[in-house]
Amino acid sequence: MGISVRVQNEDFDVGAELARLRRGHPEVGAIASFIGVVRDLDDDASVAALTLEHYPGMTEKSIEAICADAAARWSLVDTLVIHRVGTLAPTDQIVLVATTSSHRGDALAACAFVMDYLKTQAPFWKKEATSQGERWVEARASDDEALMRWTV
Amino acid sequence: MRVTLLYFASLRETLGVDRETVDLPDDVTTAGGVRAWLRGRGGAWAAALAEGRNVRAAIDQRMAGPTTSVADGAEIAFFPPVTGG
Repeated sequence: MGISVRVQNEDFDVGAELARLRRGHPEVGAIASFIGVVRDLDDDASVAALTLEHYPGMTEKSIEAICADAAARWSLVDTLVIHRVGTLAPTDQIVLVATTSSHRGDALAACAFVMDYLKTQAPFWKKEATSQGERWVEARASDDEALMRWTV
Repeated sequence: MRVTLLYFASLRETLGVDRETVDLPDDVTTAGGVRAWLRGRGGAWAAALAEGRNVRAAIDQRMAGPTTSVADGAEIAFFPPVTGG
């Protein structure tokens, strides 16, 4: 079971990342992935840019802990999380979560689980530059609710 | 005891500081205690860290609750609810 977590300013190449997860792993029968993207509209304000701040050190540790939780719940070969920080524009990629497994059920469930936990546990904060000025994005109750489906 | 305090995102902007080293009084021994002690600075500190404001804490880079203990040399971070992904 491999866990790989990267926090970076640079963009990422989804095709290349997913190909790397296949190569050398003939036991992998399923790759699930999620890509988060910067939207141009949030709460009726147009977003020109999004700046992501994080807590270096804790960010990596918390995502690794989430991935370890996923690996304990499902049968996974690899889990990859890439999260960008710095200033991004609409249509830019923000985050990639990819999980590999022998079968799709485990890969799909683990991918959604990692994303739901990342949204509420990993120390990232978004600030939007909108037509009405700069503002910090507020946490959403729906993100906390999304976590509830994973409770036993 | 001496600890390092970190502030992130909107809290960092409101307080105008991102990092400081402080000597805590002997009776301040928990994350909630540190928060209450910082409120005692008044002004923006009292407002931003007021009870009921949604402020999260981490001790040594792990999420902490109000009763989580603080040890000498700890790194204690305060921040708003996270919004990544």
